[in-house]
Amino acid sequence: MANPAQIPSRRMLLKGGIAGGLVLAFHLPVARAALVNDSEGVPPEPGPFAPNAFIRIDTTGKTTLVLPQVEMGQGVYTSIPMILAEELDADWHQVALEHAPPDEKLYANPAFGVQATGNSNSIRAFWKPLRTAAAAARAMLVQAAAQQWRVDPASCEAANGQVIHTASDRKLGYGALADAASKLTPPQNPPLKDPKKFKLIGKPIKRLDTPAKTNGQTIYGIDVMLPDMKFATIAASPTFGGKVAHVDDSAAKKVPGVRQVVVLPDMVAVVGDHMWAAKCGLDALAVAWDPGPNGHVDSALLERQIKSASEQKGLVAKKVGNADRALRTGDKFEAHYELPFLAHATMEPMNCVAHVTADKCELWLGTQIIARVQSTAAAATGLPLEKVIVHNHIIGGGFGRRLEPDMALKAIRVAQHVDGPVKVVWTREEDIQHDLYRPLYYDRLAATLKDGKIDGWHHRVTGSAVLARWLPPAFKAAHGIDGDEVDSAIDVPYAIPNLTVEAVRCEPLAVPTGFWRGVGPNNNVFALESFIDELAKRAGKDPVEFRRAMLGKTPRLLAALNLAAQKAGWGKPLPPRHGRGVSCQVSFASFIATVAHVEVDEHGEVRLHRLTTAVDTGIAVNPDTIIAQLQGGMIFGATAALYGEITIKNGRVQQSNFNDYRMLRIDQAPAIDVHLIKSAEPPGGIGETGTTTAPPAIRNAIYAATGVALRKLPIDRTALARRGAA
Amino acid sequence: MAQARTLRINNQPMSVNAPDDMPLLWVLRDVLGLTGTKFGCGIAQCGACTVHIDGKPVRSCLLPVSAVGNRSVTTIEGIGATPAGARVQKAWLDVEVIQCGYCQSGQIMSAAALLATTPHPDDADIDAAMAGNICRCGTYVRVRQAIKRAAGDGQA
Repeated sequence: MANPAQIPSRRMLLKGGIAGGLVLAFHLPVARAALVNDSEGVPPEPGPFAPNAFIRIDTTGKTTLVLPQVEMGQGVYTSIPMILAEELDADWHQVALEHAPPDEKLYANPAFGVQATGNSNSIRAFWKPLRTAAAAARAMLVQAAAQQWRVDPASCEAANGQVIHTASDRKLGYGALADAASKLTPPQNPPLKDPKKFKLIGKPIKRLDTPAKTNGQTIYGIDVMLPDMKFATIAASPTFGGKVAHVDDSAAKKVPGVRQVVVLPDMVAVVGDHMWAAKCGLDALAVAWDPGPNGHVDSALLERQIKSASEQKGLVAKKVGNADRALRTGDKFEAHYELPFLAHATMEPMNCVAHVTADKCELWLGTQIIARVQSTAAAATGLPLEKVIVHNHIIGGGFGRRLEPDMALKAIRVAQHVDGPVKVVWTREEDIQHDLYRPLYYDRLAATLKDGKIDGWHHRVTGSAVLARWLPPAFKAAHGIDGDEVDSAIDVPYAIPNLTVEAVRCEPLAVPTGFWRGVGPNNNVFALESFIDELAKRAGKDPVEFRRAMLGKTPRLLAALNLAAQKAGWGKPLPPRHGRGVSCQVSFASFIATVAHVEVDEHGEVRLHRLTTAVDTGIAVNPDTIIAQLQGGMIFGATAALYGEITIKNGRVQQSNFNDYRMLRIDQAPAIDVHLIKSAEPPGGIGETGTTTAPPAIRNAIYAATGVALRKLPIDRTALARRGAA
Repeated sequence: MAQARTLRINNQPMSVNAPDDMPLLWVLRDVLGLTGTKFGCGIAQCGACTVHIDGKPVRSCLLPVSAVGNRSVTTIEGIGATPAGARVQKAWLDVEVIQCGYCQSGQIMSAAALLATTPHPDDADIDAAMAGNICRCGTYVRVRQAIKRAAGDGQA
């Protein structure tokens, strides 16, 4: 990849040209789309034109997209260039990609100041702005050719990286036209292609990042090797908020290959010639920890804390009709649902290579927030921003974990004591015990039924407001409501005449919280869809029928539900202790219905037989990637439903590795059928959606198989074993 | 203490200085710079570190380098030179198995070892051979499909 420092200045970009090619700048409202779902909470649109992405066509015709989004398995290094190539009519083989350097001014929304990849919004954010910029570039290239040939631009067409004048059988490649095109003024509202004419979009295009992942050639952050680099591993205080009381490093320093022991107020590091020396050194290090103020915190206390918070009135996030009145009349049903803390457990453990000197800080890692890593490093070292160089890498699992800069900060703090570069790699135990966890949630729901439909609805969501810490301006702009916490709760897809949704902010004692794949909807869809199933039973209705009757105003979801039910053979007889469960959602602007087929054995163990999903995500840019994201996202969600739980005792996390923080494995994986619904709507988000749709479908299938209404995840095998089939 | 020893890796003799008890994983990654073999858990729970010793899949994170001896080590960097490995790599791309890719070195090594001994594995064979490899992106459906394809049994 070319040196990102070659990106020309903004002033030149606004003129639309540089020497030796064509550069077009455009604006992506990334952070805004990512982070504020509540339309009332959206801050005003930033005024001046602030380009944050660039297309560069050089004189050989090579077309480069400078992309602020990072590849973490979701396929954006292929799907976003596809959008460019489609609208530009570029030669797909000439399209290249460059990862954007950290630059909050250039690459993020000025209203938020964040350069981030998350919340299933890459395609959504790029769709219109990238197409518009590419269409402008195409128009300029066509105009440049027409001028050279002295013909009407309307008589020319663009295809496959060339402008063609059919009448005179002349052709010019984009490379030959780039200089001339750069002298033209970009059209303000270039017409976009009719989707019916798409050649790339909608086709399953092979991913560009995967070949190097089959032979060990991809360099993740953890694989970075530098001359004279040392290796370190760390132990932070096992108790949240604890400190180092005393260290005896005599045994550690005797370990062959150990070079140095770094003792900081809240953590220790052992530096050596390789990870093995560092790890053996850390094992040999005798550290006495002062547990600090949180030694008494345990899961029971945290559960009491959130339950008690959920008894208080919250801030009203959504109000339709008069829920109070509707809930006073008729058959009222109430339930509450709980979700546990979860770790991310990315397969690539946390790591960062840091080289800190008096006048420079250089970092190598895979991050979803390169610019925030840079500013964190600048603050930690006292260096100006431009003296912090961050090299971003392909990510070995993000899932929200790498939306935090803590692994960089810890590496920097170690590197400040080390001569030369040091690679700081966390053990899996450190990774699981020092995460920023998917919060505990406690959802209270109440509803009344009238003529077999929901009349009154009250949903109170209680949980950590991650956004308040992560992006305070967005939290403030929404008047103290975390838009993510209530996402998919305020926009219930069913027609409910009287509805109130409240948000209660409850920050758990001691335990840090963060974004986790599926974010807010992974709580809200679970609570809502579990509750809907219980209401269906109360109404004496089939769960699919009950939902159908309330989806008249959400036809895209209704179509998905009908398709999923049909493909899954909804209603066909099943053996005892087998069940089908359904879940519907409109989340991340995608419409998804899933049917799970499970079997519950006599011991309460759940076998997943099949997940059948129908999805309308608008125009499917790279359909195979969408299917893959749903397949994988559902496994991620199923893992949480069957196993996921982080518990706290004596102020520390009890789980430590994959033996006690279990993952679904291939021998437990269900068959998965994903059905894409053709659509002409703009693309929706997809990365999070499988994770939110699977758990309630599985929970409802268990309900159908056993009659046991689980109100909490992960599943309670004792409860499922005790009772027989319904 | 560190000892000089010669390992046979991907059919090349390689000299390394490493203590007897150092797991092969760290010798490969940190001493030899063969970073395709991944660290995932350190306790043989996830399979990201899978290599072949004389063609058999082994979790290199718990295998002391002194136990390797004169046996042949194959890593993800060299697996494409074996017929089963090349078929697996191709099938992995044909089926587009990979997402983040971090676990896939281990997945491919386990799959290549399976096909070398069981040319036409059934679902139970695949479960038995692959259950030691965790994929957090959840690519299992396609792993199964790609193994069948590499075996010439798939529709994919």
